[in-house]
Amino acid sequence: MTGTSYAELLRLTAPEIVVGLAGLLVLVLDLSVLRRTAIAVRFHSAVVAGCAGCVIAWVVLDKFPAQGSLPAGMLVVNPLTQLIQIALLGLAIVVLLLVDSARFTTHVGEYCALILFATTAMMLLVSTQNLLVLFISIEFLSLSLYIMTGFDKESAQSAEAALKYFLFGGMSAGILLFGMSLLYGISGSLALQPIGAAVSQSPGDPMLTLAMVMVVAGFGFKIAAAPFHMWAPEVYQGAPTASAALVASSSKVASFFALFLAFNLGLRAAAGSAAWGMYSAGWASLIAILAAVSMLWGNLAAIAQTSFRRLLAYSAIGHAGYMLIALVVHSRQSLTALVYYVITYALATVGAFAVLSALEGEGVDAIADFRGLGKRAPDLAFCLLIFLLSLAGVPPLAGFFGKFYVFTSALEGTNHFGLLWLVLLALAMSVVSFYYYLKVLKQAYVSAPVTGAPPIHVAVATRLAVWSAATLVLLLGCLPGLLLNKVATTLGSAVQ
Amino acid sequence: MLAWTIYLSFIGAAAVALTPTGRPLFARVTALLTSLAVLGIAIAAVVEGGGQPITIVRAPWISRLGIEYYLAADGISLTLVLLTGIAAVAGILFSWNIERRVRDFFALYLVLIGAVYGVFLSFDLLLLFVFYEIAIIPKYFLIAIWGSKRCEYAAMKLVLYSFAGSALVLAGTVAAYCVSGQHTLSLDALANFPFPAHFQMWAFPMVFVGFAVLAGMWPFHTWAPTGHAAAPTAASMLLAGVVMKLGAYGCLRVAMMLFPRGLDPWGFRVLGLGSWQQVFAVVAVIGIVYGATVALVQKDLKFVVGYSSVSHMGFVLLGLMTLNRIGLSGAVYQMFSHGIIAGLLFAVVGRMVYERTHTRDLGELSRIPLGRLIPFAAVTFVLAWMASIGLPGFSGFIAELQVLIGSWRAFPWLSWIAGLGILIGIAFSWRALQATFFGEGVTASDTEHPMPPITVPERLGAYLLLATTIVLGLYPRLLMSLILPALNSPLFEQLHRGAWK
Repeated sequence: MTGTSYAELLRLTAPEIVVGLAGLLVLVLDLSVLRRTAIAVRFHSAVVAGCAGCVIAWVVLDKFPAQGSLPAGMLVVNPLTQLIQIALLGLAIVVLLLVDSARFTTHVGEYCALILFATTAMMLLVSTQNLLVLFISIEFLSLSLYIMTGFDKESAQSAEAALKYFLFGGMSAGILLFGMSLLYGISGSLALQPIGAAVSQSPGDPMLTLAMVMVVAGFGFKIAAAPFHMWAPEVYQGAPTASAALVASSSKVASFFALFLAFNLGLRAAAGSAAWGMYSAGWASLIAILAAVSMLWGNLAAIAQTSFRRLLAYSAIGHAGYMLIALVVHSRQSLTALVYYVITYALATVGAFAVLSALEGEGVDAIADFRGLGKRAPDLAFCLLIFLLSLAGVPPLAGFFGKFYVFTSALEGTNHFGLLWLVLLALAMSVVSFYYYLKVLKQAYVSAPVTGAPPIHVAVATRLAVWSAATLVLLLGCLPGLLLNKVATTLGSAVQ
Repeated sequence: MLAWTIYLSFIGAAAVALTPTGRPLFARVTALLTSLAVLGIAIAAVVEGGGQPITIVRAPWISRLGIEYYLAADGISLTLVLLTGIAAVAGILFSWNIERRVRDFFALYLVLIGAVYGVFLSFDLLLLFVFYEIAIIPKYFLIAIWGSKRCEYAAMKLVLYSFAGSALVLAGTVAAYCVSGQHTLSLDALANFPFPAHFQMWAFPMVFVGFAVLAGMWPFHTWAPTGHAAAPTAASMLLAGVVMKLGAYGCLRVAMMLFPRGLDPWGFRVLGLGSWQQVFAVVAVIGIVYGATVALVQKDLKFVVGYSSVSHMGFVLLGLMTLNRIGLSGAVYQMFSHGIIAGLLFAVVGRMVYERTHTRDLGELSRIPLGRLIPFAAVTFVLAWMASIGLPGFSGFIAELQVLIGSWRAFPWLSWIAGLGILIGIAFSWRALQATFFGEGVTASDTEHPMPPITVPERLGAYLLLATTIVLGLYPRLLMSLILPALNSPLFEQLHRGAWK
């Protein structure tokens, strides 16, 4: 760590510092000045302050981009990580808007601060290439998310979800740390680049295999890939809506990006191959199995769900499977595809949770509760249509181009269409997914509302969140070039 | 100008969707005017252009992937655009009496129409796929909301079949994109790209089956009868009339045009079949005979028409698989002709008969003296069945004759079986006609079933469709002058050079 100037550190982490400070500010404001004011005022001011922090960080990232890196890959800030950070900030703003109308807690400041802290953790997670910082960011993120999951103290479901999340998470953190320590043992370094060099010297090391399995398992938990997905349905269902939205959207973006970088930089030489007929052991083949299992189990189990949140959870497991295909390919193009996919996926998911949060007053949880939504709140129903069809992959919505690009990269990245089997499986499963998404839309549009049900009142902030997510999904679907070009040009500086 | 068929339909849909509630007439009139304007554009384009490909719009869309917003038309597209225009106008006329959620109905209807135009005019494979998928969603809601009898089941079945088919198409699209390595998905560039023969061998059947699901190919046809029977009249008219053509069009435009070598002989035989051409020809003939036979024993009048559609679409597929000029032009002619005739049949069955009698059961219908009560419907139905079984003077005759001549050259023995299918077609048509309008066991008196008279929109719609089929039956050059140049164009050159005989 010699030769690190603190000025450099501050320069590179300026956006994270802004968000972190905003979190502290929200906390202090709420606990001091606003202590005795009405709960609505406290919520409004916390949300406004939080959003302001995110916006400032965004402006810093956009207008004064600082690029560079610290020794040992502690921090590697380049245009690509900054693009991801902007996406994380955008998602955090949407989630904060959802908090505005939430009334499940009186600990307003703590809750909003946790959202900002989690965002800070995610921003660090995507901009490091060092195992230590990686692990610390993951833990920082996870701890924030555990608390946020259990924040609804009145609800037993929330507590149960948090406990399950914590137990599974703690286990997997241990496994991940064990894997990382093995990697350190092999290479004598914590930075991903030297690890990659050491791994390429002896790709067949049995210790390495063990480390790889451990790291895959640890990350598999974070991204809820089957069979490490057990916590997801509970958390999606039990957690307060805004917490679930954060878990489902931005934490996915950050984890997938970090996962890709970790494997691609650190373990590239031990990738092996999952190509049909050219199978060789390595993490790519391991991940290919995870992808296949996730797609199968996520999509098939989603059919049986009656709760909308659990349905979203299982569909998230299925989507994790699609995104893992990009990891199996681990080419430059597939990283572009993955970034596009995960950002648009996060937008659609956060939108779906925003619709749920708008319906919170109605006590909507089961799919059947959506009946007549098209009559009672036409704009919400229309946005829900956009989100779910995007998740299902109907063009011209963003989700379709994500899938198209991932599949294209999978076929182009390998010789002789070795990954065709994964692509065909993904296509078959996306047909299955139409069934359960349409089941929800059928309730919204086909079934008549319960007689006498009044029109639904939606808070302004929630409506703003829903509409901005829907607009982006539609826009990125009609003009995918907007994001694709950006990702591709920034990619030049990120991966070798 | 032709691109405005798409834009205008979508604008019309938005206009209808934004009309205030409680103004059903406004929604209807807007929809009708939109579809009329679009039909006008289509006719103008047909009058103006020949069969040669014309580029309408060509602009980069997703430049990183080399995907373009590329609309173009040749004679085949124009033929089907014209069909869509006519079917759309007729469909709106026959759904004039929809009372429930009028606004939503016509908005979805216009979205579906716009997407269909988009498919027929797209010359970029991805763009085509985008429109193809957009067309699926409104179908679901049209059937599930306004349908009858098990409509949610039928709608879901139709949508899942469509999506399964389009998943195959998407796989083929992605594979073609990666194999060609040309960084483009424009159809004319891909049509000229020599894909490796072994790739075409598996890409062709995959994409062909993917599209043929929507064309009602046996054994993937089962969505069609249930979907048609459950859908509201206008939706079944569009489904049978236009949407099934999307599938057939995709088979020709994408599968056959891009992967013609996939039709070459395999070099070995399985069950006596030596190439995908023979496999699909046999499947098409099974569809013809099977559809007709099942139609013969149906009790539900709409199912009779639904299965007859499966049978008639079999002729389209058979025509495509003949791989000779007369067979292919017959197939395209049959797409048009069946679109008009199926629309007419569903209009009579769904709108004129069912909405007056509230039954589609042939046994119950035969007890109602419909022939006397609504003679206009009876006459229309008789003419429609005459056209459907391919009597000279109607468009169906020209189409099926060409297909049969073509298949006689390619596979003589299959033509015999297809001919048998026509005979069974005459039988089931006769049976349905007699039971519906000229039932012998009439027990009810005329006054027992008060029948609202046939309305003006119904008459207009029927006249439009009847006139089309008769004009094209008497003067086939009208369409042939579009279809033939298109088939001779360089786009099909690989097909000419390869398996074409």
